[in-house]
Amino acid sequence: MSETTGLLKEPWQYFERQREAGTFGIWVFLASEVLFFGALMLTYTVCRIENVQAFAAAGRETNIWYGTINTAILLTSSLTMAMASQAAAANEGLRRLILWCLAATAALGLAFLVVKGFEYREDIEKHLVPGTHFGLKQPTEQLFFGLYWIVTGVHAVHLTIGIVMVVRLTLLGYLNKFQLDENPEIQVTGLYWHLVDIIWIFLYPLIYLPGRSS
Amino acid sequence: MNTHNTHSRTIAWKLWRRNGLIWAALMLLLTLTLVFAYVPMGLVTPAAGIVIAFVKAGLVILLFMELAKARPLIRLAAMAGVVFLAVLFALTLADVLSRLAGR
Amino acid sequence: MTDALLAGELPFPSRPDYLRDGTTLTSWLTTTDHKRIAILFAVTITAFFFMGGAAITAVRLELFTPNGGLLSSDTYNKLFSFHGIIMVWFFLLPSIPNTMGNFLLPLMIGAPDLAFPRLNLFSWYLTVAAGAVTVYALVAGGVDTGWTFYTPYSTMFSNSHVLAAAAGVFMVGFSSIATGVNFIATIHILRAPGMTWFRLPLFVWAIYATSIIMVLATPVLAISLLLVIAERWLGLPIFDPARGGDPILFQHLFWFYSHPAVYIMVLPAMGVVSEIIPCFARRRIFGYDFMVYAMIAIAGIGFFVWGHHMFVSGQSAYANLIFSFLSFIIGVPSAIKVFNWTASLYRGQISFNSPMLYALGFVGLFTTGGLSGLFLASIPVDVHVTDTYFVVAHFHYIMVGGSVSAFFGGLHFWWPKVTGKMYPESWAKFAAILMYSGFNMTFLPQFFAGYLGMPRRYHTYPPEYQIYNVMSSSGAAVLAVAYLLPLGYFAWSLFYGERAGNNPWGATGLEWTTTSPPPPQNFDRQPRVDRGPYDYHAAGQSAGLDPPEPQNAREVR
Repeated sequence: MSETTGLLKEPWQYFERQREAGTFGIWVFLASEVLFFGALMLTYTVCRIENVQAFAAAGRETNIWYGTINTAILLTSSLTMAMASQAAAANEGLRRLILWCLAATAALGLAFLVVKGFEYREDIEKHLVPGTHFGLKQPTEQLFFGLYWIVTGVHAVHLTIGIVMVVRLTLLGYLNKFQLDENPEIQVTGLYWHLVDIIWIFLYPLIYLPGRSS
Repeated sequence: MNTHNTHSRTIAWKLWRRNGLIWAALMLLLTLTLVFAYVPMGLVTPAAGIVIAFVKAGLVILLFMELAKARPLIRLAAMAGVVFLAVLFALTLADVLSRLAGR
Repeated sequence: MTDALLAGELPFPSRPDYLRDGTTLTSWLTTTDHKRIAILFAVTITAFFFMGGAAITAVRLELFTPNGGLLSSDTYNKLFSFHGIIMVWFFLLPSIPNTMGNFLLPLMIGAPDLAFPRLNLFSWYLTVAAGAVTVYALVAGGVDTGWTFYTPYSTMFSNSHVLAAAAGVFMVGFSSIATGVNFIATIHILRAPGMTWFRLPLFVWAIYATSIIMVLATPVLAISLLLVIAERWLGLPIFDPARGGDPILFQHLFWFYSHPAVYIMVLPAMGVVSEIIPCFARRRIFGYDFMVYAMIAIAGIGFFVWGHHMFVSGQSAYANLIFSFLSFIIGVPSAIKVFNWTASLYRGQISFNSPMLYALGFVGLFTTGGLSGLFLASIPVDVHVTDTYFVVAHFHYIMVGGSVSAFFGGLHFWWPKVTGKMYPESWAKFAAILMYSGFNMTFLPQFFAGYLGMPRRYHTYPPEYQIYNVMSSSGAAVLAVAYLLPLGYFAWSLFYGERAGNNPWGATGLEWTTTSPPPPQNFDRQPRVDRGPYDYHAAGQSAGLDPPEPQNAREVR
């Protein structure tokens, strides 16, 4: 028990209680994120129901390779994050494993953003930005891309926040500023990271797969 | 010291194996969803994409996020988000779909 | 000596209370003490209250005569929009939860602080920053969409500062979510030994239900505003019909939050009233369990009724039917609470101290407002009175007659605990009665004006409505005085008020067992709870005659 007192914060007297509160608190926050992104999904759903053809046509213009590679990257980052989180909870002194997995998670997150950057550049070159210079014929196809930019943008913001959190953990752990074993912050960050992954899991079929079968 | 090392190495290997299997399943599902998207099955095509997404999300939430092992209070918090999202979808779509049907 | 100390027979060494523990500005601005943060919030929301009040003063002056002439129609639109935005998001929503909730929640459950003290401070800073952005929107020229930001006007046609206003509200939403997470975790995990769920004061249950709504509903508001910002700023079509968008979708997203939001405004008020009435009737609350179930039901069902704001917006008849039915249902738990408050008075030993005047005022005004809501839930009536002053009167009865009355009631009830001083009771009684009269004079005529057809948000009107508007504007002047009076006598009490003891009202509840003001860590000894709430009289008696023996903090752990 004494190894964990360095992590004890106000107003807690018992570390176990603090850990419980941290885990519970992040799950409650994740519930709010479910409604946040869920509202975006609803917007997409309503717009798609009301414009089926346009969404199929517009969906075909997305780059399925960038999308699929990014999904694979993010799923792998969930693997490394889960490893880091579970290794920390195991309390077995797996310091190098935890640090490497945290670093890998951040690196994979960055890789996602880099691929996204290339994708955005290509989208701009193809004039897939709604407005007067929109590249596709039907005006209603702009709606799909309006949603595309907003949804991927909001997701990227969340991912960036996640990357910052993971990098912070990696640095603090590497520099021995806090212990890694049983560190509740790693678990909390992990849960947030997995949510960002889950959001993308749902975005993938909505953005990249419409219209492929025709 | 040696036994400690071997012990922690065993734990690490167990973690890799468990999580690696889940990752492999996720990759397989990703491939499936990509393939299905190109098969013309009418309304089933987009539905398949969504269903597979739910399965992938389920794996992440139950196994990576360990919701399956979490205490009931945590599961209640997770459920609350999903339930109220379902309400948002259901009642909004009740309006949208009945308006479309009326057109 | 140590034994005597532990047995509670020797006085503790003197220690500063939370107000005197650190007197620099920095100690206040970097505090993580929930009590200090509550005061920071109180100062902030008071400033916003008077800003919103100033805006509506101008509006009511304009409405004194049918063809006004004081304000251009453009300015008029911006003033009522600012009034709505500031009052809803920067006064009412944070009022009871962030001031009284913050201050009292840990005290009522016997905890030393909230679960995440630094997150609490962050909530306050976010509110201040968001308020600054919103006030900037006003100063830069205002926003004229109404507090509801309806599309496509807000996204495509308005020439006002929609972006700044929407951004300010977006930010304050996250403050709300953070507070909600904090409160939920605190109530689950930091209750003192013996404080089981069904021994919690009803105020705590009210805060709990409110926090659930804050966490689950606010994100959808955030998205609705984000989409408006994206469409307006980046030209991305979402609600533009010419490019396939659905403007009614905005209303679904907006009202999915904004209807539960009114329960965020009313549930804490109900909690406050449930604390005051038992104390001044010297009786246990009638039907504690059903009071709890009713609050949970209000919070839950509140998520299913948002479409009643959209009956005439183009929503399908099928959806209209569902929402109308559910809106009738939600009246039931509120009615149960009103019956139970009334029953709590029966055979009580009632005294009419100022907090009790506000609480009783709440019950009457909330009931009136709530009944008018049933009229609105009926679609044929709603078609007639929607967007008229009938609706304006309805929501002001609940939000102002209800929530603001309860806020003032709570302010008076807990003032001695927060500041250690008593306010002058006769002034307080006078202000309470003045507020009640001024309120009715302002808003009762609006029911009639609305029913007879006067539209809302219009800066001129046909002369036959003038009588109602004159009554309303005059009432507003009385109300303004009634709101300014407490500012005066509370400030006076800080310097010249009588020192308050630990429990000046003889109330039950853990907050009354500690000193007034409390120490920084809330309790000198860890409290242990061994009885239910509202223990005002023995079983078999109908009411307590003497102040009860308050639960004393027991032995050190």
